[in-house]
Amino acid sequence: MFKYDSLADLVAAANQSNEPLSKIVLREQAEAAETTEDALYAAMAKSLTVMRESVQEGLDPDKRSASGLTGGDAFKMMRAVEENRNICGKIFGTAMTKALAVSQTNACMGKIVAAPTAGSCGILPSALLTIAESRNISDHDLIMALFTASAVGMVIANNASIAGAQGGCQAECGAASAMAAAALVEVCGGTPQMCEHACAIALKNILGLVCDPVAGLVEIPCIKRNAAGVANAFVAAELALAGIESAIPADEVIIAMKKIGDAMSSTLKETAEGGLAVTPTGKKLCEKVFGCCQ
Amino acid sequence: MLQVFDIIGPVMIGPSSSHTAGAVRIGMYARSILGKEPVKAHIRFSGSFAKTYKGHGTDKAVIAGILGMDTDDARIRISMDIAKEKGLDFTFEEADIDGAHPNTAEITLTDAEGNTALVQGASIGGGNIIINKINNTVVEINGKSDTLVIPHRDVPGMIAVVTNVLADKGVNIHGFSLCRDHKGGTAVMTIEIDGDINESVQDAILENEHIFSCTILKAI
Ligand code: SF4
Repeated sequence: MFKYDSLADLVAAANQSNEPLSKIVLREQAEAAETTEDALYAAMAKSLTVMRESVQEGLDPDKRSASGLTGGDAFKMMRAVEENRNICGKIFGTAMTKALAVSQTNACMGKIVAAPTAGSCGILPSALLTIAESRNISDHDLIMALFTASAVGMVIANNASIAGAQGGCQAECGAASAMAAAALVEVCGGTPQMCEHACAIALKNILGLVCDPVAGLVEIPCIKRNAAGVANAFVAAELALAGIESAIPADEVIIAMKKIGDAMSSTLKETAEGGLAVTPTGKKLCEKVFGCCQ
Repeated sequence: MLQVFDIIGPVMIGPSSSHTAGAVRIGMYARSILGKEPVKAHIRFSGSFAKTYKGHGTDKAVIAGILGMDTDDARIRISMDIAKEKGLDFTFEEADIDGAHPNTAEITLTDAEGNTALVQGASIGGGNIIINKINNTVVEINGKSDTLVIPHRDVPGMIAVVTNVLADKGVNIHGFSLCRDHKGGTAVMTIEIDGDINESVQDAILENEHIFSCTILKAI
């Protein structure tokens, strides 16, 4: 049984049995839930299907969120990539398109898979579905990588938090980014250790990010933070796959993240009382939606 | 103990796992504790829930849960209309519940016969919840396994009565808590168990005269 309170311990266990993280996590989780690996795998396969559908739904150019504040961005990004207008290559452009798409589906009260939360739901699917297209990675490998991502998320949830209301956006988009980074490393053939470094690097880049949604809605800045989050996941995975190590171990980064979250003012933890939410424009948008500012 | 699907999941209707999916689940719990179709619901939101419930659709989500909808039900966005059609009278209040988690909802439901159930729960991230209070008794239920909630008279031997029934039926307990209002008053046992539980257990427990009721809360 794993306690999921240390990534280093998980990596050591994977190394000991000479297996990827996903395998040992799937096996342990099946045991813990008193079910079969096949059953868990099948359930995860369903999540991958919902993820795919949520990308598709979000590419609609005309769909707006219920508040009317957001919509159509994924389509714009997709067009830029299709017409070769984007400046950082196909993979980045595609990843950003998909991240925006899933986030928009969420804002429109569509069906998504929280990963780890709804606000950050675009990061992990876009990372995996993008790399799958460019490297021809099988669904099987993607589904397995979701177990690796889950393990990273569990450690973060156990030692810090995955709720914006408790830890700020570092807990949501930061956790999602770290999960995606580890998953990317695994599907690209990196070692468990590299997954750990990718996780550490991704989190370090996003430490301190506050949760300040305009009008309290999971739209501004959340949707674009998903695009940034997946870009960050690719950065971290790329560095780790090149053999670059995080000077601070992932487990310590997670503890740092917890302390930063605790130190954050409650105005910056999902209450819509600080940050972007209280900028003049943020307040104006809030008034537009609710008639008065909350 | 967290599981993979607490992290990758739930599959849900947006826009917020804490404010939508978690809220649906707290509503579902309140419904199952009442055990009947509610005709009235009063919801008090505290902390972040109080400040942002309208924007996140937390109000729609709680109502959807109270109506028995799951977190991936596409009707969540129109739950209030459905509630009105079904004759559910609902009201919301912004409150400041002392010491409560930032995402807390307290739900009071009433059925057609006037029975009420009060449930306080917190949405702790990623759609996961903790129920902190049932009818003025402090509990800690995460909804991950089937749970028995048993209010009874505070007299000696009650734990043994209940656990003997469970032992007889081969039910394994993995979590247990007990709270009472005052000596000799009403006490409530909450018992988390492995696997499924069936109604014969409930009937056997209810045979004891000091047991007021026995509710099985299915894992959600
Ligand atoms: S800003 Fe807040 S609500 Fe938006 S994604 Fe980040 S943590 Fe979630």
